[in-house]
Amino acid sequence: MGKAARNPSPERNRSTTPANRLAAEQAALDKGPLALDRLIHERLRLGIVSALAANERLTFNELKRLLQTTDGNLSVHARKLEEAGYVACDKTFAGRVPRTVYHLTPAGRRALDKYLVHMEAIIHAMK
Amino acid sequence: MISVTQMAQPSLSPRLHEHAAENLQFIRDTMARAADFTAVPGLGGVLMGLLAFAATFVAGPPSNTRAWLGIWLATAGAAVVTGVIAIQRKARRHNLPLSGPVVRRFALALVPALGVAVVLTAVFVQYGLTARLPGCWLLCYGAAVTSGGAFSVRPVPFMGVAFIALGALAFVAPADWGHFFMAAGFGALHILFGIVIARNYGG
Repeated sequence: MGKAARNPSPERNRSTTPANRLAAEQAALDKGPLALDRLIHERLRLGIVSALAANERLTFNELKRLLQTTDGNLSVHARKLEEAGYVACDKTFAGRVPRTVYHLTPAGRRALDKYLVHMEAIIHAMK
Repeated sequence: MISVTQMAQPSLSPRLHEHAAENLQFIRDTMARAADFTAVPGLGGVLMGLLAFAATFVAGPPSNTRAWLGIWLATAGAAVVTGVIAIQRKARRHNLPLSGPVVRRFALALVPALGVAVVLTAVFVQYGLTARLPGCWLLCYGAAVTSGGAFSVRPVPFMGVAFIALGALAFVAPADWGHFFMAAGFGALHILFGIVIARNYGG
């Protein structure tokens, strides 16, 4: 066995740790025609989009209870999805209580479909 | 054009694969929960159970009489009104919609077996089998609740199965035990599951 094999360089060692390898693989998957959509990859935003794909319209409170999150967290992530055009919301009043109802836009549904294809491709690649 | 499969295969680690599988499971679970009808009223169920106990006490053992049938039909009407009001109140309290595909699916699953119960009631009465109606009602209601429960919170289908079991037993048991089965089903099961739903699913 050669010297290089017995004493691998720090550079080589870094690139083969599980964490680095995972990061490198994810970076590779971020490129190309089916690049990972980071916007819906985040867990709470993925939850919002998934819930709205199953249920045509959901109120802010329903989403909050379903995803077990806080008002602040949900509004921040819902706003990001709104800015990206993935979800849209209608604001009305039920009596004196403000009511925000979200629904998925066609762009949001396409983004979720693409994300599902991406995840399935990774799983099939391992089989 | 290079596919994800071709692009990723040489270097994919089991961790990335696990991560993708977890994400898919999360999406599936979230979609399943989002499609549930959650405005099932626990406290309404308790009230319906109390109505059934009252009807059992007033009507007594099953008999082929108009009075016995009338008491139970009136109770069923009161229970439906109670249930509808309780659903509306719970939906309003939690800001839940009472229209849309989820509610439609739940209603479409619930209603056919209840329609069958109406037809069978007429047939049983016509052939002098009124005393055997408890088994028929428990089975039909159980079937309705079980199928509706497929689109609702977890305890609902279990309640439906319990009703079906009681209905089957009611047909095996002597006809004059029918009021005990009515009390056990429409009374005790409604109260028991009503409390479970009220405690765990917001009223």
